[in-house]
Amino acid sequence: MEEFDSEPTVTWIPGVNSQKKQMCFDWGPGEMLVCETSFNRKEKSEMVAGCPFIHIIRKDIDVYSKILRKLFNESHGIFVGLQRIEEELTGKSRKAQLVRVSKNYRSVIRACMEEMHQFAVADKDSARGRQFSSQVSILSAMELIWNLCEILFIEVAPAGPLLLYLLDWVRLHVCEVDNLSADVLGSENPSKHESFWNLPGNTQTLTELELRWQHWHEECERHLQDGTFASNPHLESLCKVLLGDDAALLEQKELLSNWYHFLVTRLLYSQPTVKPMDLHLYAQSSLDLFLGGESSPEPLDNILMAAFEFDIHQVIKECSLALSNWWFVAHLTDLLDHCKLLQSHNLYFGSNMREFLLLEYASGLFAHHSLWQLGVDYCDHCPELGRVSLELHIERIPLTTEQKALKVLRVCEQRQMTEQVRSICKILAMKAVRNNRLGSALSWSIRAKDAAFATLVSDRFLRDYCERGCFSDLDLIDNLGPAMMLSDRLTFLGKYREFHRLYGEKRFVDAASLLLSLMTSQIAPRSFWMTLLTDALPLLEQKQVIFSAEQTYELLRCLEDLTSGRPLCGEPDVQQLQDDDIETTKVEILRLALARNLARSIIKEGSLEGS
Amino acid sequence: MEEIYAKFVSQKISKTRWRPLPPGSLQTAETFATGSWDNEENYVSLWSIGDFGNLDSDGGFEGDHQLLCSIKHHGDVMDLQFLDQERIVAASSTGCVTIFLHHPNNQTLSVSQQWTAAHYHTGPGSPSCSNAPCTGVVCNNPEIVTVGEDGRINLFRADHKEAVRTIDNADSSTLHAVTFLRTPEILTVNSIGQLKIWDFRQQGNEPTQILSLTGDRVPLHCVDRHPNQQHVVATGGQDGMLSIWDVRQGTMPVSLLKAHEAEMWEVHFHPSNPDHLFTCSEDGSLWHWDASTDGPEKSSLFHQASLPSSPTIVISRAQGSPGRQIAREPGKRNSFRQYIVEHSKGDRAKWKRTGSNTLMTMQKSEESRMMKKN
Repeated sequence: MEEFDSEPTVTWIPGVNSQKKQMCFDWGPGEMLVCETSFNRKEKSEMVAGCPFIHIIRKDIDVYSKILRKLFNESHGIFVGLQRIEEELTGKSRKAQLVRVSKNYRSVIRACMEEMHQFAVADKDSARGRQFSSQVSILSAMELIWNLCEILFIEVAPAGPLLLYLLDWVRLHVCEVDNLSADVLGSENPSKHESFWNLPGNTQTLTELELRWQHWHEECERHLQDGTFASNPHLESLCKVLLGDDAALLEQKELLSNWYHFLVTRLLYSQPTVKPMDLHLYAQSSLDLFLGGESSPEPLDNILMAAFEFDIHQVIKECSLALSNWWFVAHLTDLLDHCKLLQSHNLYFGSNMREFLLLEYASGLFAHHSLWQLGVDYCDHCPELGRVSLELHIERIPLTTEQKALKVLRVCEQRQMTEQVRSICKILAMKAVRNNRLGSALSWSIRAKDAAFATLVSDRFLRDYCERGCFSDLDLIDNLGPAMMLSDRLTFLGKYREFHRLYGEKRFVDAASLLLSLMTSQIAPRSFWMTLLTDALPLLEQKQVIFSAEQTYELLRCLEDLTSGRPLCGEPDVQQLQDDDIETTKVEILRLALARNLARSIIKEGSLEGS
Repeated sequence: MEEIYAKFVSQKISKTRWRPLPPGSLQTAETFATGSWDNEENYVSLWSIGDFGNLDSDGGFEGDHQLLCSIKHHGDVMDLQFLDQERIVAASSTGCVTIFLHHPNNQTLSVSQQWTAAHYHTGPGSPSCSNAPCTGVVCNNPEIVTVGEDGRINLFRADHKEAVRTIDNADSSTLHAVTFLRTPEILTVNSIGQLKIWDFRQQGNEPTQILSLTGDRVPLHCVDRHPNQQHVVATGGQDGMLSIWDVRQGTMPVSLLKAHEAEMWEVHFHPSNPDHLFTCSEDGSLWHWDASTDGPEKSSLFHQASLPSSPTIVISRAQGSPGRQIAREPGKRNSFRQYIVEHSKGDRAKWKRTGSNTLMTMQKSEESRMMKKN
């Protein structure tokens, strides 16, 4: 498959004696969990103190850097803006807009670099200062690569302006080039130099440019041949430089900080109208000449070479290997994809490259406790796998407060992810029930429209009532409102509480009919019927007759239903016998009360009014 | 006309509050406090916008805000209030309430007092001790009232070690916000859509009054009291609805206004001009409500029985710049008052307005933006 370009780095886990103990691990989305096992490497005779910790290993520490955070946030804004660029724009205006986006990204990198540089300078001598410095050089390299990609792939500079862009590119990144140009400008024919380099947009065609340059080149050569500068060796070497002589240029190696500076200088003096397609030839030879066989190319050199060869996939691959964070490749690939430069070939392990990289980056963001909100937008703009990825990630965000949970739920609801809403609300409702916050639990089940959970909460209330003899949280039950309809049990709870209220207000007739309807309409759970019948007792024992004969018959029927349904079990123990006793007594009392009420109601209904 | 200053601060800001000015002062507010959330290390910070005379090193212009000092805060900052000129009270997601003291001479913040287990589900005595986030705090020097997800109300006094009064299990759901009506009365809103009034003079643990909307039990997230009329409050709900209540009159709100598309997080009356109301929401917008009219008959938002169903401020999307909305006042007036509001997906605007003309919002949880309106 793939070979590694370098040896994998070794990370030592503090506190674990890897000579003696074995470790186990598990992968997470962006990190790894490692801990010590009980297995000894050697024989059991040595008992070594174990390490009681579980370690979290993160490869990507950049995401926790405070300064880089601004990079992530600002680039997120640019990314979202890029996705919204209208598709109708074609040709020049679209290209101009894409170049503008690219420059935005680069300016964000530069701003980050400058801020980090200030920190590095302030903290010069400490390890942190050195870390900042290395970060600055990484950012600088990223900007260098991005700039080159912008020139070659996005701006798509043709021959002519291409060299000007490359000059700017080198000038931006290498300070020393100013010295060289000062040298050149101070030479014999400055005017020819200045007039030669036209600004882009000039009407001069490429052939005209080439002709003029050819003419000038020949003049220089003539001067050299004639020995005009023979008296002064410096001027002579300067003339050779102007002619693009490789040897003369290499003699000034100290002024050229790297091979691409050398390349651009060579091109300036020998091939100013170089075509983009020919760049890689000059690039390869420049690299070889500059390094001179002394050192081997570094990763940055390989990336730049791949860019000169217009091998976008190679550039992305090399960057992915070299950098520790997906930020760079994800955003660059997305931009290049918008330039329609990436053939959408499918990778064998996922969807196209752009989506793969964006989702990898988003996973890193989700693993961060704070930047998960950015990850949501990246998933939104991956049409194939983004939604699925988001569904998996969003459920795993740790919810420490209700406010955070509400934000997560709002994200889900805006995307019609009803399953996730239900699942998150259920988790929160369970937590609330465990903490005895039944009102919160009910509020979560209402939000999720989760009838089953509402039933669970109502059962808890009813159980509490049976145990304590009174309702807890009356403020909730009294004010259920239309939420009562969510589940039968909840409706029953509300109505039962209403019964108690009516009884408290001494509206006995209403209370009685409500009680009866609770049983006959079947919304009362069977287990509760005994309690309901027992509640009917005081109504039956009132001085005035409350239950009519019809209603009393209904009650009797309910009682019969209840008692006939009870199974007989063999070998009951003492407790059960006692319970049975209580039950039987209750039933007897009820029967008596019902019979008496029946008698009184029949008489009352049979008599004339007024008696 | 509109100037917005934006700055990335590398932390998600949950609350911002202007420092109160000494009474009778004619200055505009210059210092504000912020609290962060959802970071591994959260901070309470003080910022200043005073002009610094010269431009600073990166050419920052006058009005740019600078960090004065900050101090680590354990847990998310759920709410923040100034107790007085130097002291800030912070409510934490760990259930802890802290008073920070600002030392202006050396520009530092220090912890002045802390109640660590102000809010909890199961107390410190039991084996499965678990804390509950403290969701809201309101101050009336020297009294501090806090409410939390445990449904508990605490009354603290600065410099008293223990709570002066605690109402356990005041609510079976989460209490989201609290405000003073008349001392010693407070009003709380909870996650089943109820407003409850509590009187600290009474001994029991029952509210003196309960108000709620009939219909769906939509959670209420924020509440603010009218500066002059102590019986009028405004609440904001999870569905973005703004309600104005008169607690003397029955249990129904005086007006209900459909406003935002997502949770309304904060609602505030302008302290000196209470016909103006400000609301901000999870949908990323900040609305300015104006109930004052030009005509001789002043119809106030609070006494009219029927009110227009749409707000007096219309938010419209500006052309060509997705993500910006311009709030305009429609109507017979010829001049529009325009306030540009940043709006992008999933933003939450947290803000606070001053006694003067400066509004400040914290947007996208990482940036702070300031708007000056003239």
